Amino acid sequence: MTDVPVLALRGVTKTFPGVTALDGVHLSLFAGQVTALIGENGAGKSTLVKTLTGIYRPDGGSIEIDGVPVRFATAQDAGAAGITAIHQETVLFDELTVAENIYIGHAPRTRFGLIDTARMMREARSLLASIGATLDPATRLRDLGIASKHLVAIARALSIDARVVIMDEPTAALSQKEIEELYALVATLKAQGKAILFISHKFDEIFRIADRYTVFRDGQFVGDGLMADVDQDQLVQMMVGRSVDRVFPPRTHSPGAELLKVVGYCHPTEFADITFTLRQGEILGFYGLIGAGRSELMQALFGITKPSKGVCRIDDRISVIRSPADAIAAGIVYVPEDRGRQGAITALPIFQNVTLPSLRRTSRHGFLRMAEEFTLARTYTERLDLRAASLDQDVGNLSGGNQQKVVIAKWLATQPRVIILDEPTKGIDIGSKAAVHAFMAELAAAGLSVIMVSSEIPEVMGMSDRVIVMREGRMVAELAGAALTPQALVRHAAGIGADKTKVAA
Amino acid sequence: MTDTSLHRRLPDRLTTRTQRLLRSWEVLLLAVAVAIFTFNALASPYFLNVWNLSDATFNFTEKAMIAFAMALLIIAGEIDLSVAAIVALASTAMGYALQFGVGTPGLVAIGLGTGLACGAFNGFLVTRLGLASIVVTIGTMSLFRGISSIVLGDGAFNGYPASFAVFGQGYVWWVITVELAIFAVLAVVFGVLLHRTNFGRAVYAIGNNPTAALFSGVRVDRVRFILFLLTGLMAGLAAVCLTSRLGSTRPSIAMGMELEVVTMVVLGGVNILGGSGTIPGVVIAAFVMGLVTFGLGLLNVPGIVMSIFVGALLIGVIALPRLIGKLRA
Repeated sequence: MTDVPVLALRGVTKTFPGVTALDGVHLSLFAGQVTALIGENGAGKSTLVKTLTGIYRPDGGSIEIDGVPVRFATAQDAGAAGITAIHQETVLFDELTVAENIYIGHAPRTRFGLIDTARMMREARSLLASIGATLDPATRLRDLGIASKHLVAIARALSIDARVVIMDEPTAALSQKEIEELYALVATLKAQGKAILFISHKFDEIFRIADRYTVFRDGQFVGDGLMADVDQDQLVQMMVGRSVDRVFPPRTHSPGAELLKVVGYCHPTEFADITFTLRQGEILGFYGLIGAGRSELMQALFGITKPSKGVCRIDDRISVIRSPADAIAAGIVYVPEDRGRQGAITALPIFQNVTLPSLRRTSRHGFLRMAEEFTLARTYTERLDLRAASLDQDVGNLSGGNQQKVVIAKWLATQPRVIILDEPTKGIDIGSKAAVHAFMAELAAAGLSVIMVSSEIPEVMGMSDRVIVMREGRMVAELAGAALTPQALVRHAAGIGADKTKVAA
Repeated sequence: MTDTSLHRRLPDRLTTRTQRLLRSWEVLLLAVAVAIFTFNALASPYFLNVWNLSDATFNFTEKAMIAFAMALLIIAGEIDLSVAAIVALASTAMGYALQFGVGTPGLVAIGLGTGLACGAFNGFLVTRLGLASIVVTIGTMSLFRGISSIVLGDGAFNGYPASFAVFGQGYVWWVITVELAIFAVLAVVFGVLLHRTNFGRAVYAIGNNPTAALFSGVRVDRVRFILFLLTGLMAGLAAVCLTSRLGSTRPSIAMGMELEVVTMVVLGGVNILGGSGTIPGVVIAAFVMGLVTFGLGLLNVPGIVMSIFVGALLIGVIALPRLIGKLRA
C-alpha cells in the first residue's frame, strides 16, 4: 500500500448561485484500490465527478496528482492527467463502431496522417480481450446493450492509459449476470494498479468490491476509512446524519377519510403490484433509489403512460385515466421532476402557464378572457409568494425555485384533490425549499391529499405522514410513526438484509 | 410562509400595449410594406390605379388563405409541404366531377372535401403513427401530385359552369374581389382563433413545449390533427378559387406554391421552429409579397428575376432585426 495517493482532493469547494454543492471536501484515491463514494442524492457526488473530470473548475481547495497540485482547465486536461469517468449513462457515439468509440481523439495514424483502421481494429480487439470482452470492434455501438456499452467505455478508459477510473453507478442499469462480469472487470483494473472511484447506492456491492470509503452529506465531507473497519449501520448513520436537523413545518392536522385507492397497478417493465391508499389531507411519501419506478408509477396515475393492469378509485368511484386531461378532470395533478421539459413552458409568460390547464374556467365558450386569467394567475402565484416583475414575464427568466412555484400554482388553480409532487425541491435554493415545504403542509391542512416522491431523507422524514419505499418497481415497505427512521428507509431502498415485513402504523 | 397581507401585488404587465406594438415585428414589416408601396408609386405611373391594384391582390389571396392555416401549423411546430399538391388534387377532382355534369355547389363541396380528406390523411400519419410532419408531407406531396397527374395525363379539364366563375372572377363591391373578401374574412377568423381562443393558446403551448403542454392536460394530438384538417380545408378552398379564376385544371396548377406559402408565413414573423408568430404579421406579409410581384411586373421584370427579388426580400427582412441588434450591441 503506497502512502501518497494517486489523486487527492483537499478542501475543494464549488458553489453555484444560491447553492454550495461542495463545501471543503476531501477525497483520496490510491493505486490498486477501490474507493466507494457514498452519500444521498444531492450530497455532491455528481459535482465531484464533474470537478475531477475538468467539466467544473473548483472555487477553492486543490486537486493533487501524486502529491503535486494540478489545475484542469478543460475536460481534455483531466483526460491527459489520466482521469477518466464511466458514467451512469455512458457518453459514447451510437453511430460509430466499437473501435472508433474506443480510439476517438487518439486513434493510431498512418504516415499520411489518416486513421490506421487496421491497426485500430487490431488494438481494439486485444484491448477488449484483455478485459474479457468478446465484442467485435467493427460493431456499431447502437447495436449493443447497455452492459456492452459499459465494456466499451472501460476499454476506452484503458486505451488512454488512465490511472484513475471513476465509475458513477455503473450497475444501475445492469442485470445480475452483467453485474458479476463488471465486478470481475473491476478486479482486473485493480490488479493493473488503477485507482478506482466507485459511486453506488447499493450497500451489498460496496462491501463486496470496495477497499475504502468516503462519505459526503449535503456537500460536506463526513468521514472516510477502510471498509474493513465499518459495518452497514455505521455507514448508514454517517450518510443520513444524526437526526433530521433541518426545520420542517409542524403538522397539526391528522389525515381524514380515505380518498384515493390504487389496486394492483402493473406496468410491463417499470413497476408491478402497486396497491396503496391515500387519505384526505395526508402527505404520503414515496422513497427509493433512482430507477425504483416511482416517477413511472406517478406518470401512470397521471395518464401519461398506461398501466397494463390495475384500477384507481377516487371516492369509491373507479376512474379510468387515459390522458393527463382525464387525470385533471378526476382531480389528480402531477408536478414533474423535470421542470424545464415537462413542467413549465419557459417561453410563455407566467399567467399563460398558470391558466393553461384551467382555460375552461377562465374562458367563455372557448374564447379567452384575459382579465379572468390575470386574476386567477395572481391569486395562486401570490399564495406561493412568487418573486417576479410581472405576470407577463416569461417563466424562463425566473429562478428554478420560482419556476417551480409557477408549476405548483398552475396545478392549484385547477382545484385538485390529489397533488403528486415529484422531487419538488430538487435543485432549488434553501429559501424556496422552505417555502415549498410550508406550502405542502398548508395544502394538506386544507384537505388536499399530497403524494411526494423524494430521494432526500430529511424531506421524506420531515414532511410525510407515511412513507412507501419502492425498490426495483415494487413496494417493499410502508413505514410510519416510530418505524419511520432514516436507517429503515435506506435499508429497504437498498435491499439490505432480507427484512421485507410490512411495518404498518 | 410570510403573512399574505405583506405581499406586493404582482402587476399584470409592465409594458403598455403601445410599447409592445412598437417593438413588434408587424410594425417593422408594415414599414417595409409602406416603403415598397411608395417606391412602386414613384416608379410606375400605372401603379396607383385602383383597378390595377385590385387585380394585384390575386397575387396573394389564394396563397394567403393557405398561409393562415399554415401559420398555425408552423407555430405548433409542424409543417405541411403538400398544400400545393392538395390544391392540384382538389382541382383535378373538381374537373373530373365536371365530366359527370356536377353543378357549382357540388364542385365546391368536392374541392373542399378533397382538401379535408388530404389534411386528414396527413394528420393521421403524423399524430397516429408519430411520423415527422416534414417527412410525411414531402411524401404526400408526391403522392397527391402523382394521382392528379395520372387522372389528368397531358390533358386539361375545361368548361367550368359560368356560375362557378364567381369565386375567382367575381366582385363583391366596386373593386373588392370575392377572393379579397374571403381573404379578409379568413384573416379575422384565423386571427381570432389564434389570439383569442383556448385553441389558439394550446397551439402556442404545443409549439413551445409539446411535452409540458401534454403534462398540462392539453390534448396535443387532437390539436395537431385539427390543424392538418384546417390546412387541408384551406388548400381545398384555394383550389376552388384558383380553378375558378383560371377556368381550367392543368397539370402544372399550383406548382411550387407550397414554398411561396411557407415564405409568406416566415416573412410574417412566424418562427419556423414553432412557438411564436401572429396572424396580423402574415396578413402584412401577404400584402408585401403581392406589392413586390405586382410592382416588378409593372416594370416588366421577368418572373425568374422576380423570384430573386422575393428571396432577397425574405432574407433581408429576416436578417434586419438581428443586424439592428448587433449594431446596438
